[in-house]
Amino acid sequence: MSRLDVRKTYKLYINGEFPRSESGRTYPALDSDGEVLARVALASRKDLREAVRAARTAQAKWAERSGYNRGQILYRIAEIMEDRRATFEEQLEDGGATAVRARTEVANSIDRMVWYAGWADKFSQVFGNLNPVAGPFFNISAPEPTGVVGVIAPRAPSLLGLVSRLAPVIVSGNAAVVLASETQPMPAITFAEVLESSDVPPGVVNVLTGSQSELAPWLADHMDVNAIDLAGADDHLRLRIEQGAVHNVKRLIGTDGNLDGQSPYLIAAFTETKTVWHPKGL
Amino acid sequence: MAKAELLQAPSPPLDWKYAPSRESTDIVSLNERYGLFIGGAFRAPLSKKYFPTINPATEKPLAEVAEAGEKDVNRAVKAARSAYDDSWGSMPGKERAKYLFRIARMVQERSRELAVLETMDGGKPIKESRDVDLPLVAAHFFYYAGWADKLEYAFPGLDPKPLGVAGQVIPWNFPMMMLAWKVAPALATGNTVVLKPAETTPLSALTFAALAAEAGLPPGVLNVITGAGATGSSLVNHPDVDKVAFTGSTAVGKLIRNSLAGTGKKVTLELGGKAAHVIFDDAPIDQAIEGVINGIFFNQGHVCCAGSRLFVQESIHDRFVDKLKRRLSTLRVGDPLDKNTDVGAINSAEQLAKISELVEIGRAEGAEMFQPDCVLPRNGFFFRPTLFTGVSQSHRIAQEEIFGPVLSIMSFRTPEEAIEKANNTPYGLSAGVWTSKGSRILWMADRLQAGVVWANTYNKFDPASPFGGYKESGFGREGGRHGLLAYLQGIS
Repeated sequence: MSRLDVRKTYKLYINGEFPRSESGRTYPALDSDGEVLARVALASRKDLREAVRAARTAQAKWAERSGYNRGQILYRIAEIMEDRRATFEEQLEDGGATAVRARTEVANSIDRMVWYAGWADKFSQVFGNLNPVAGPFFNISAPEPTGVVGVIAPRAPSLLGLVSRLAPVIVSGNAAVVLASETQPMPAITFAEVLESSDVPPGVVNVLTGSQSELAPWLADHMDVNAIDLAGADDHLRLRIEQGAVHNVKRLIGTDGNLDGQSPYLIAAFTETKTVWHPKGL
Repeated sequence: MAKAELLQAPSPPLDWKYAPSRESTDIVSLNERYGLFIGGAFRAPLSKKYFPTINPATEKPLAEVAEAGEKDVNRAVKAARSAYDDSWGSMPGKERAKYLFRIARMVQERSRELAVLETMDGGKPIKESRDVDLPLVAAHFFYYAGWADKLEYAFPGLDPKPLGVAGQVIPWNFPMMMLAWKVAPALATGNTVVLKPAETTPLSALTFAALAAEAGLPPGVLNVITGAGATGSSLVNHPDVDKVAFTGSTAVGKLIRNSLAGTGKKVTLELGGKAAHVIFDDAPIDQAIEGVINGIFFNQGHVCCAGSRLFVQESIHDRFVDKLKRRLSTLRVGDPLDKNTDVGAINSAEQLAKISELVEIGRAEGAEMFQPDCVLPRNGFFFRPTLFTGVSQSHRIAQEEIFGPVLSIMSFRTPEEAIEKANNTPYGLSAGVWTSKGSRILWMADRLQAGVVWANTYNKFDPASPFGGYKESGFGREGGRHGLLAYLQGIS
């Protein structure tokens, strides 16, 4: 007699836990043939608020950790991703990728995480300055994390896009609320499970599955979100986010069409430069 | 020693007498009427409209300036585009550099004239326009001149390319300095500029435009169009403007951002502030008093980074406030052209009304007001240096930017409380902290959410030092290597 498999319930990832949507809503995630893979949580506005609150609570402590420590945690994410390669590849293949492409995307995603891990204790040196002012002052500029960042993950590549947009956000000490790929949410959920077992403090990354066009406007209007990466948003949604961002002068990044590249300037884009003056004298 | 003995009663204000020492205005020659500076020459506006600019210290008109309409804006943007396409955008950096160096030297050469003009049109004390504004204007051009041919070293891995035509809108509080902060980096990186100075302070920008032409700057590289909000709006919304740089109020900054949504234009905003100035009980008190005075009364408090919320540690609060009151009473308020004047004229009747309104609200909300008993000139727009004690965090004078010589004083007990109160604002432009303890300075500097932190000093500026806000005080940096990025293609 064949064994009945144990199916997984796909849930949200908020504050280090895996709740269902408070709304009780789900939607079917489809494979590339239109077959239902599973039902996943359809996050609500309240879930989004909970996620922002968790991110805000976690952010200051995350930023206070040393770059060395954050770097090790990002590297740990890569280690656990390596463990979960088979699951990621299977999910990407469900989304329509060939076996070769799926393998490449997973490998690149892991390597990308390692690349950013190494930046954690270096970007301040590259983007900071001792400023030679004309007077007896010590004057230094250094980047600090912007705060709570919303990430509209690209629909595809669903894993590499997510990792490429999220890693530069969190490496400097920001906390993130991710709106996962709406059409291919499975890799994002698996990725959340990776985060949960990678020493990433609860709340530093929160992953919501659901309708990006429903959730993103609330994210854009939220007064306690400091920046949004809108690389994954279509033109219509982008305009709505730009309008919402006005209320609390959110920083908007990700308008250059780059979904899965890597650059230290992307880290810098989610930082604020702070300049400190102090007189010199006896 | 009992605490009471430490608290000295305030001594009567000293009877300082100063002989008038008025800077001559002979060095300035004004035209009756100024056109728009477009394509290298002054041109009559197609709008055919003019408006007067007055001296806020006398309320007398200085000159008439053109009000640029939509067609004028279009003409200016076209001139900037042609200059970008034909000469400036592709000119070798070392040649651009020499133009900017030349401009810096010419500003130095004419700095007294420009300082007097700045004071006449804007109302700031001559000692500030002479010793702060103009030296910084020249320094800013000199600093960015040197970057023009070194951009590939500024940002490793990025290919430095200009954006195109920059539309820049600047405020009335530091007319020439804001011009320098905007124009110098834009030109150094190979962009061309259409600049709109504030409607109450257009004269120094127009004079600067003529100076730039005299320096040989190719026609169209810098265009100066005068006007009010409508002109600024036409400029930032012009479809052929690639980059918008705005310094001004948070409210207008939000309007601009909203109107630019979906256009793909690159934007930098330097908006309002409500800076916390934190005084610990171990601070060098006399120096801190001077820092606080400079922090809020520099330029009549028309400063986006003004230290307008003072937090004094409870143990020294009363003594500090007494000293502050005595110091307030020695400030010389009056004729901005007098070399002894500390606090000059409020920039406009409109701004004076805003300040008066918020001060009335402060009193109505229950804060206690102190103003020295100084005589204000009969004409012109003036406001007494003002401080409020007994302010609570929810008072509007503790929340809203007053943009005038008005200080709101609160107290705190622990460093944690100071941080919590200091950061309790949607703004994040600047902050100040005074303490003798080095580790505490760094602890505070780490936690103050502000783009600039002045420790044991305040209101210091330098072209090499990046300036700009956190949170609703805007984004992007002006000054330093960082200031170049706002005018280059890159990650966006």
